[in-house]
Amino acid sequence: MKEIQREIVCIVCPTGCRIQVSGDDPQALTITGNECKRGEEYALKEITDPRRTLITTVRLHHAGLRRLPVRTSIEIPKRSIFPCMEVINRTEVEAPVEIGQVIISDILGTGADLIATRSVARV
Amino acid sequence: MFDVAVVGAGVIGTLIARELSRYRLEVALLDRSNDVANGSTKANSGIIHAGYDADPGTNKAKFNVLGNPLFDELCDQLDIQFNRIGSLVVAFNEGERATVEQLYGRGISNGVAGLRIIEREELQALEPNLDDAAVCALHAPQAGIVDPWEIAVAAAEIAAENGVEVFLNFPVEDIDRSAGPFRIISQGGEVEARCVINCAGVFADRIHGMVAAPSFEITARKGQYFVLDKSAGDLINHVIFQCPTREGKGVLVTRSVHGNLLVGPDAQVIDDKENLSTNRDRLDYVRRSAGKISKKIPFNEVIRSFSGLRATPSTKDFVIEESRQARGFVDVAGIESPGLTAAPAIARHVRDLISGIMGGLEEKKDFNPLRRKVIRFMDLPDERKNELIRKDPRYGRVVCRCEHITEGEIVDAIHRKVGARTVDGIKKRVRPGMGRCQGGFCGPQVLRILARELGKNPTEIVKNECDSYILTGSTKYGGIEEQVHGQF
Amino acid sequence: MDSFDIVVIGGGPAGMAAAVAARQMGIEKILLIERDRELGGILQQCIHNGFGLHHFKEDLTGPEFSERYIKMMGELGILSRLDTMVLSITRNREVVLINSAEGVNTVKAGAVILAMGCRERTRGAINIPGSRPAGIFTAGAAQRLINIEGYMVGERIMMLGTGDIGLIMARRLTLEGSKVIAVLARKPYPGGLMRNVVQCLYDYGIPLLLQHTVVEILGKDRVRGVRVARTDENSLPIPGTEELYECDTLILSVGLIPENELSLSAGVEMDRRTGGPIVNESRETSVPGIFACGNVVHVHDLVDFVVEESEIAGKGAARFVQLPVEKKVTSVALLPGTGLKYVVPQRVNPAKVAERLDLFLRVNRVYGPSCIEVKEGGEVLKKVKRPRMNPGEMERVRIDRNAMETIKGSDLTVEVVEVEG
Repeated sequence: MKEIQREIVCIVCPTGCRIQVSGDDPQALTITGNECKRGEEYALKEITDPRRTLITTVRLHHAGLRRLPVRTSIEIPKRSIFPCMEVINRTEVEAPVEIGQVIISDILGTGADLIATRSVARV
Repeated sequence: MFDVAVVGAGVIGTLIARELSRYRLEVALLDRSNDVANGSTKANSGIIHAGYDADPGTNKAKFNVLGNPLFDELCDQLDIQFNRIGSLVVAFNEGERATVEQLYGRGISNGVAGLRIIEREELQALEPNLDDAAVCALHAPQAGIVDPWEIAVAAAEIAAENGVEVFLNFPVEDIDRSAGPFRIISQGGEVEARCVINCAGVFADRIHGMVAAPSFEITARKGQYFVLDKSAGDLINHVIFQCPTREGKGVLVTRSVHGNLLVGPDAQVIDDKENLSTNRDRLDYVRRSAGKISKKIPFNEVIRSFSGLRATPSTKDFVIEESRQARGFVDVAGIESPGLTAAPAIARHVRDLISGIMGGLEEKKDFNPLRRKVIRFMDLPDERKNELIRKDPRYGRVVCRCEHITEGEIVDAIHRKVGARTVDGIKKRVRPGMGRCQGGFCGPQVLRILARELGKNPTEIVKNECDSYILTGSTKYGGIEEQVHGQF
Repeated sequence: MDSFDIVVIGGGPAGMAAAVAARQMGIEKILLIERDRELGGILQQCIHNGFGLHHFKEDLTGPEFSERYIKMMGELGILSRLDTMVLSITRNREVVLINSAEGVNTVKAGAVILAMGCRERTRGAINIPGSRPAGIFTAGAAQRLINIEGYMVGERIMMLGTGDIGLIMARRLTLEGSKVIAVLARKPYPGGLMRNVVQCLYDYGIPLLLQHTVVEILGKDRVRGVRVARTDENSLPIPGTEELYECDTLILSVGLIPENELSLSAGVEMDRRTGGPIVNESRETSVPGIFACGNVVHVHDLVDFVVEESEIAGKGAARFVQLPVEKKVTSVALLPGTGLKYVVPQRVNPAKVAERLDLFLRVNRVYGPSCIEVKEGGEVLKKVKRPRMNPGEMERVRIDRNAMETIKGSDLTVEVVEVEG
């Protein structure tokens, strides 16, 4: 890992500690500025393996609605966000759709499914 | 070949076109913009003045006094709302009393009936929210309020129903009469006419200059306004003017015919006739000046501000005459205040001018001066509402929550002659977007309805002019585009 | 005339939660009226997550949260009329509705629950000078167009306002391919949750310009730029600091306003500070039998609190319908004192508080370590400590029954007391 020196704003609780992370060994990073252990864990994760839930819409046909809202079932690596958006944007879905239905399974090998966040009837 | 081409589809041009459509004439109505009433007509105080303000002997005075009484019948025929609420020119100190008295005298000279100077006690009873400093006022019972663009829209529709051909997006670039008739040239096409009527507002001098040497100059004077929520509408009962100065009638406060409160305008000479922006310091000035009229104006209820341009003539009076240099070319220029009031009288006079030029006019047997009645759904009694909904369920869908406008009314406005094709076009004709949410709620629905009724993709719908696109495309670029019809 | 025990106006989370709570109290004839073509209200377009963390102990998206309630409504057989607008309500709880299927008709209600939500503050209302081109959207309107209608509103975006809706939309626009050039906040701190600042702005490298505002909009037919100025300690633009930012879209996230036209038509008394009706501990308004809950009362941050409040209103309305009419009950006012923008409820009948009274309030500025005190006269009824507070996060103060019993009958004041050191 390259030498890093970053400030992370912790979002675990409303305090919002500004946590400084530095070092070059992911096993032995220096973490300061946190008021609790959760902050330390959050900062570590943000540096080594930041993940996010991706939420967007996908084209929908045969419904009274043009777009179906979707989300990843679990958080995916931050760097996968835009590559996943490309895949999602090329996807077409047909109604009916059941809430929780898997639209894309294991999207780009992230281990996350892309699931529907609402049900839609066929028209 | 047209007999008459009217350049400019504001309140003047449309009323003239309507007047001419009564006769066996081929009439063309041209406008540079994507809709009628997109210039000064859409951005002024909407006041039908009594006629005491203009100097006696001027066209302004003459046509104001002739025009005012015509409004009841006109608005009835056009099926638009008009309200004679009366006006007050208020003196806020004894020094201003002389001005009020002078206006009174001028009103008498101009032939205005019913004017009275009322004193403090009566004034306070009529207007409890007027500033305490008010000492007296000139009361003119025949002053009224109207939404001026509604006049133009209705007049254009009637004109078109009676055979007038309307050319929008037709900015006149040149007029050539080397071959006899006028060849009116625009980028997109040409129109030929025997006569031309120049109602081009702030650009009238430019149009005139295409056929003759300049005989007048039009200066654009910008005026900025605040529009307040309907909850502020009953703050005052009349049109309230301050005493006029050299600059003009000054900042006024009035309710509008649909119940909002209108505050403004200021007056500012500008060079760029396309510049319609509002600015902070001018709006602040309007606000301060309005404070003289009442300290109770609830500026926290402002829903929007706008600006409009007055076409101020260098001659200081309306220019309504056939050009001596260019026979058959009639200027109707410099129509600043009291232009709106004068408009129906001007239309009749111009008709007479055209009659003179053409050696008489023959009336059409099937001329219909009336606009097909507009359904104002919420004004109907409940049984009528339900009857209408049974016939056309779209009247049961309220699209504009602020003004309670139904889908049926919106669809109707689209399919009339010279109907709405844009979001602002709907706003002008049926009011969604005029309310406190300023189109936030109804906007997406209006857009969808326009697209559906016009057979267009929603991304093709514009706000006002052709370049005022609203949507830039679909989400999920790089996919299969759906067809409009399947989705809407 | 049809009559119902309870008529709920608004089928978003507030309306649905209130209807469900009333049904669970045993009320049979409930009608819920919704103007959109489906239930869910604003949640249907809030496709992001963060909903239900308190209420369901799950991290749900708006549509998922909404579908839970839609299912409950279905299971409980609660009647709803969609595509239906309420035109007016009388003091006597007659509700005039209109829709395509049934036309205009009036229903009589044993009790009414107002749950109409709120609308967005507009460019016109905040008086940004300049031209009036296409390309100016409030964040919620853009959200509807993008998420539900499926259209893009612009390619190069400037955003004014850092409330959560704006922050969420900055991310949404970026994900769908727009470039968000900058997000501006008049104040020295963002209006929304820090979580959103991180995950919507920092994550995407979107510049956050604090103490900046838009002072002019440029562009004849479509936005072509905005002039941005720095702001002073009063959040007012500093002349001479203007800079031009070219863009084709301006998104405004400058505040929400409770939508109370119908409340006014019923003669309900309003609180200037919240923009919503004055309500008591059961969320009853000044008009007997008319209750209110959700964003129509005061703008909430979390739908979880909306649901909590709506359950109070639903139960309150149910009790109103079920129990015989009572003699006049005495209530005291809850007044916002130093440091408070508002407190809800604004009135309380101490005798009617069952287990506890929850006060919801917003402070009027950022506070460091301080206490919120609820006092009657000089006496402190309840005191809670807070390490920090800001206007963007609603606070809850819980007062239990014992403390309520000590109230002697005069008005209560709620205020902030800063802690020294």
